[in-house]
Amino acid sequence: MITVKDLHKHFGKLEVLKGINEHIEKGEKVVVIGPSGSGKSTFLRCLNLLEVPDKGEIIIDGEAITDPKSDVNKLRQKMGMVFQQFNLFPHLTIMDNITLAPRKVKGINKKDAEEKAIELLKKVGLVDKAQSYPNQLSGGQKQRIAIARALAMEPEIMLFDEPTSALDPEMVGEVLNVMRELANEGMTMVVVTHEMGFAREVASRVLFMDEGVIVEQNPPDKIFTNPQNERTKAFLSKVL
Amino acid sequence: MIHTFAQITQQDWLINLVDTLADGFYQNLIHQNRFMYLINGLKMTLLVTLFSCLLGILLGMIVTYLKMSKFWLFRFIANIYLTIIRGTPSVVQLMIIYYVVFGHVDINKIAVASIAFGINSGAYVSEIFRSGILSVDKGQTEAGRSLGLSATKTMVLIVLPQAIKNVLPALFNEAIVLLKETAVMGYIGLQDLARGGDIIRSQTYAAYFPLLTMALIYLVVVMLLSYIFGLIEKRMRLSDNR
Ligand SMILES: Nc1ncnc2c1ncn2[C@@H]1O[C@H](COP(=O)(O)OP(=O)(O)OP(=O)(O)O)[C@@H](O)[C@H]1O
Ligand SMILES: [Mg+2]
Repeated sequence: MITVKDLHKHFGKLEVLKGINEHIEKGEKVVVIGPSGSGKSTFLRCLNLLEVPDKGEIIIDGEAITDPKSDVNKLRQKMGMVFQQFNLFPHLTIMDNITLAPRKVKGINKKDAEEKAIELLKKVGLVDKAQSYPNQLSGGQKQRIAIARALAMEPEIMLFDEPTSALDPEMVGEVLNVMRELANEGMTMVVVTHEMGFAREVASRVLFMDEGVIVEQNPPDKIFTNPQNERTKAFLSKVL
Repeated sequence: MIHTFAQITQQDWLINLVDTLADGFYQNLIHQNRFMYLINGLKMTLLVTLFSCLLGILLGMIVTYLKMSKFWLFRFIANIYLTIIRGTPSVVQLMIIYYVVFGHVDINKIAVASIAFGINSGAYVSEIFRSGILSVDKGQTEAGRSLGLSATKTMVLIVLPQAIKNVLPALFNEAIVLLKETAVMGYIGLQDLARGGDIIRSQTYAAYFPLLTMALIYLVVVMLLSYIFGLIEKRMRLSDNR
């Protein structure tokens, strides 16, 4: 479903991605771990072209999105993204946050969009917040809304960039629960996270990134109990 | 009853002052309906301010768009405009537009003044808009784009509504600055509030009464506008904490 070939990206003199090769199948849950600054976010953001790669190819559903002729907006409809800082739209109600893109991008009428939104709000357990504004919500609630908002576009792939890192500890669980449920429904997911418990439980594969390359990748039981690479060992010994 | 010397002079002094004021009031405002210079002048001031405000906002939007464009030529044009307008006095701009640009054209002076002040204000308004757009977190744009909204839709539906809310106080302030800036339109022969006061002064040879009255009118109008703008801002802030 996603194929990445020799992906490079630099900011000024700083080379952040130094040749990433990766293939992700439909339905896979890939968790990306690695030290701060290793390029995890940049890798994820390249997948929906929030960052434009310098070199290399990204192919989604057989379409080379790195080709300048490809339709970026169309591509992004296939991929939802959840950010560390939630990025809800503060001037819109929760309902409007969720229905904005379906209505303005897909042209779905208000009634249908709202029905779908209610369904999603039920799924994330926040149906009573439909008419609230984002700044009336807790961090955990905001992030669950952000997930619902992304799902409203009915994406085939969901990208998560440290979705629980900005949350108070007691709110991490509620967000991970929603993600776990999503995983069980078969969604293709790429998740950057420091939640090793979640990785262990949900991931079909764990990628360990360091200094702009994927150093090691294995199923969670293998990578966590028996890491092969020295850098992986050093990193895991610090976080586990 | 016996008055002391001090009491008498004090009373005389008071009577004199009241006399002088009454006479000044009569001479400068009532006689020959001179107050109409101020009334009509105020109307002119408000009219030109309104027109130039509208033009300034329109131009400000266009220049903001040019200035934030990907194309260097657009940015270049915007920069030239901003440099010239902000680098020269507005009264000079007014005279150049009247005597040079429209020098050989028969055109309504109100239109000329509105265009001149509008062009001037557009530069400041565009800087306000730009700072407003930049004040909206980058994550908002990224969230919009990641949902598949085009750059334009993201700007219009997500960034601009937040940006405008952020810059409303600065925009209101610019409107008040503009109102005061228009006081130089007498240079091209328009009779605004400032010129109205000056005409009375030249007829009565009394400086303080007409000029202070005129200043007082400016002050009252500005305070009234500030009050109204303040109410609007307060409402916006309240709706912020929903
Ligand atoms: N837009 C940018 N401009 C300049 N440098 C950037 C930009 N985005 C990221 N970087 C730099 O690129 C490097 C990799 O950043 P990235 O965000 O991908 O790391 P990360 O692995 O996600 O780290 P973290 O765990 O801290 O989120 C960092 O050194 C960062 O400072
Ligand atoms: Mg990151």
